[in-house]
Parts: sequence; C-alpha cells; structure tokens
Amino acid sequence: MTKPLVAIRSVAKNFGEFQALKGVSLDVWPGEVMCLIGASGSGKTTLLRCINQLAAIDSGGIWLDGELLGVREQGVRLHRLSEREIGRQRLKTGMVFQRFNLFPHKTALENITEGPLQVQGRRFDEVRAEAVELLRRVGLSAKADAYPAQLSGGQQQRVAIARALAMKPMLMLFDEPTSALDPELVGEVLAVMKELAKSGMTMMVVTHELGFAREVADRVVYMDQGAIVEQGRASDVLGAPREERTRAFLSAVI
Amino acid sequence: MKPAPVLAEGFPDLSGMRIAREPHWFRWLSAALIVLVLAAIGRAFAGGQIEWSYVSRFLTAKVILEGIVNTMVMAVLAMALGIFLGVVIAIMRLSPNPVLKTVAAGYTWLFRGTPLILQLLLWFNLALVFPTIGIPGLWSARAVDVMTPFLAALLGLGINQGAYTSEVMRAGMLSVDVGQYEAAQAIGMGRLRALRRVILPQAMRVVIPPLGNEFIGMVKATSLASVIQYPEVLHNAENIYYANSRVIELLIVAGLWYLLVVSILTPLQMLLERRFARGTLQFAR
Repeated sequence: MTKPLVAIRSVAKNFGEFQALKGVSLDVWPGEVMCLIGASGSGKTTLLRCINQLAAIDSGGIWLDGELLGVREQGVRLHRLSEREIGRQRLKTGMVFQRFNLFPHKTALENITEGPLQVQGRRFDEVRAEAVELLRRVGLSAKADAYPAQLSGGQQQRVAIARALAMKPMLMLFDEPTSALDPELVGEVLAVMKELAKSGMTMMVVTHELGFAREVADRVVYMDQGAIVEQGRASDVLGAPREERTRAFLSAVI
Repeated sequence: MKPAPVLAEGFPDLSGMRIAREPHWFRWLSAALIVLVLAAIGRAFAGGQIEWSYVSRFLTAKVILEGIVNTMVMAVLAMALGIFLGVVIAIMRLSPNPVLKTVAAGYTWLFRGTPLILQLLLWFNLALVFPTIGIPGLWSARAVDVMTPFLAALLGLGINQGAYTSEVMRAGMLSVDVGQYEAAQAIGMGRLRALRRVILPQAMRVVIPPLGNEFIGMVKATSLASVIQYPEVLHNAENIYYANSRVIELLIVAGLWYLLVVSILTPLQMLLERRFARGTLQFAR
C-alpha cells in the first residue's frame, strides 16, 4: 500500500492574534495534483509556506516522504531542527512564488544552476547541461543569458519553475503562480505546469485559475478561515459543491 | 452637439514648427557675477602674502610625496578594515540571535559616540593602560613597541569606520526584497550562504554611493592621524612649515593633493557602480 507523500495533521499557525491555520489535516499522494482555492486570508498560502518551512507551525505535524518536518521527537518533547537540517529537508520541495523572486543579478541560466552548484555542490558541466535542458522544457532556450529584468513576467515565472525543478524535488509547491501576471501571459505559465503535471510530478497549487483546476487537478481543496471546508474531485467541488460557503465563494469568483 | 466625423475648425497645423531657444538672461547674468567674484578672490590671493614659488617647489617634494602615499595607504587599509567590520557587524545586527545583536549595537554605540581624534589618542597611548600586552604564556611585548603610529592610526580609523559602515551595509541589506531571502531558502540555502550569494551582491548596488562618500571622508580623516605622529601628507607639510615658516604655502600644497586624490576617486566609484548594476535595466547588456 502506498503512503502519502505529504501527511498534514492538526496543523495550527498563528500570526499574533490571527489564527491563519486552525488544525488542518490533509494527505497528498504521490503523483497527485492538488489545487487549493479560497479567499485571501483563508490560510492556503500559509499551509504551503509551512510545508516548505518558510513559516514554522505552532502545533501539529507535517510529514514529508515519511520524515517529520522542522522538529525531532525526543522523549515527550519536540526539539527544533538546526538550520542545516531544515535546509536539507527543504531540498525535497520546490517552491514557486507569486512574485517570481528570481535573483536579479544573475542570468536565467545562473538562476537555475545556483542551487545545484552552491547548495548541492554538484559538478558544473553536468548542472549546466541539466539547466539548458530545463530551459528548453519551459520554452526559454533562447533566453539563457538574459537577466530577469529583460524577461516578461511569464518568462520570469517559467525560469522560476525551472529553478525549482533543478533541485529535483519530490513535491512542487506553487503559490498563486499566475496572480502577478498580465492576463495574456497566464497561459504560457499554466501550459508549463500542465506539462509538469502530466510528467507525474506531485504538485500543490494555490490558485484562482479555476479553469486550470478543473482541467488538471486530481483534487480540489476549498479553504476558508484557516480550515478545510470541502475537498474532492475537481468536477464535484467546482461543479456541484456540497457546502454553502463553497457555493458562495464560487459564485463570487466566477 | 454630437462630434462630427470630420475634424473641427480653429486648430491650426503646427507640424514643422520648431520650439524656439530661450535667451536665459538671468543665467548669463548670474554666471558673469560668479566669474567676477572668483576673479576678485583670485586677485586678492595673487596679491596676498603667498610665495607661490614655494607652493610649486614643495608640491612634488619627496617628503610631501611620501606623505600622500602614506595617506593613501592608510585610507585604503583603514577602509578595508572598516568595510570588513561593517559587514560583520551588520550581519550580527540582523541576526535572530539576541547576544550577537546586542554586541553589534554596543559596538556601534561606543565607536560612533566618541570623537575619532579621541579614539586615535587612546589607541596611541594604550601603553599608559597596558605597559605590556600579549597572550599569557605564549607571547608578550611592550605596548610602546607594538602600538606604532601606523598601527594606532589603522585601528583607530578602521574600527571607527566599521561603526559607520555597518549602518550603511545594514541599510543596503534591508533594501533587498524579503522574497529574495525566501527564494534562497527555498533552494536550500542557509542564512549565511543566502547573505553571501543573494543578499549582499544586491545590497552592494545600493551601498556603493554612500561607501564612496565614506571613503572620501576617510581620505581626509587620515589627516587626524597627524596628531599621533603618523607621517601622512598634512603631518609632513606641518613639519616643513615648522622649519621654514611657509605655513599657508604648505597648507595649499596639502590641500591640492587632497583635491587631486578625491577627483580621481569619483570616476572610480562610477566604474564600481556599473559593475554591481548587473541585471538592472539601466545597464543591461
């Protein structure tokens, strides 16, 4: 029997008084494409950031590939892992940000090779060959030596996807990857993500692109006020929502 | 009335007409006035009690040339020490560790809070506090032998500069978007590697103009080391006028050298700025 790649159990996260996550539990299975939808402030981005440990959870636990993230059990207490160990755990996930966050002082190719060279300490010629192949895969072979400022938003986001893939992650996290793009550039990024989904990558996608969710997602999770309200097949959640809150959200965004 | 499909009358065709040059009378007048004032000042100095032959004779005197070399050596070394300390202190200041943070804040408080000349005198007179210095059991020496004018000036200027540079570096690091740090973390970088590979290169672009400013300040601040017998250009000029009493002439000599050095530094700063502007649209290839 297969095990979930990500197991999230009773995860809570507060920012001061604000409860961003109120005991969320969820499994993500290998090869699954999951879309997280919901209004801003519903906790979907926070959940993604907790999986990548850009935010530390306050209680509960997240297991990735069977390994507990961020903390170590010792007797009856949990001890926070060192920065180095957290860095090692992060290598299993790739993150794509809403605002791309490419390194502006490095070319597209250098952005992709930075992690494998600096963090994984791999050989230059091998890393470079892989980066060239990744650029081809996202359709930007001609832009290898361009700086981010010379690329359109859609091109920057495709480089950012390639940068995340260069670390050979088991899980790709997308945090509203098309929200900062001009409408005519959304399609090229979604096309790359569709291709990635088809290749069998496990993906968690926070998105407002319901068309993408309907077409690509194996499962859609609707979140509201830090909790999961409804989840299921895309056609069910988006087509025939059971919960009143889901219906209200969907009628507001469509 | 609804707009007609043809263009309305009364708006003549202006294409082909040039915009006339303005005469700018006031600019000409004010420029002429400034030239007059400068000429009057120049005439006053020419007729004043200045022996210009002394200025030209001592401008390239061996002692003065040695002095300006010592000034530059000290400025470069003290600035290097200042930048090194500044980066370390800025990183400590931005660290989540409260001990490091407090130490960094204390350093800045102490060395920014006292006059530079006082710090130079303290370093130079360290022997009064500790007649011998060293590591117990390993090595020791008399402080007067160790604390030469050169070392005292280097420590005084460099450590003082570190306090100022740390604030410049901190401002530069804060100017880099938080998303850059998160992106570096997301590809598995630790704090220090992210700082070195991602944050500092971007901060450099922001800090070079103020650092250039600080370096020009440092070139002139080395003149304070004359009080602790460091043979920089002002100190050597003073030694000459103690002997020949040509005070103003030798001060002009020193002044001309400072002006020359600072004039050379400005274009160098431009080159550095260009180097670190990689990837910004302005200088994109």
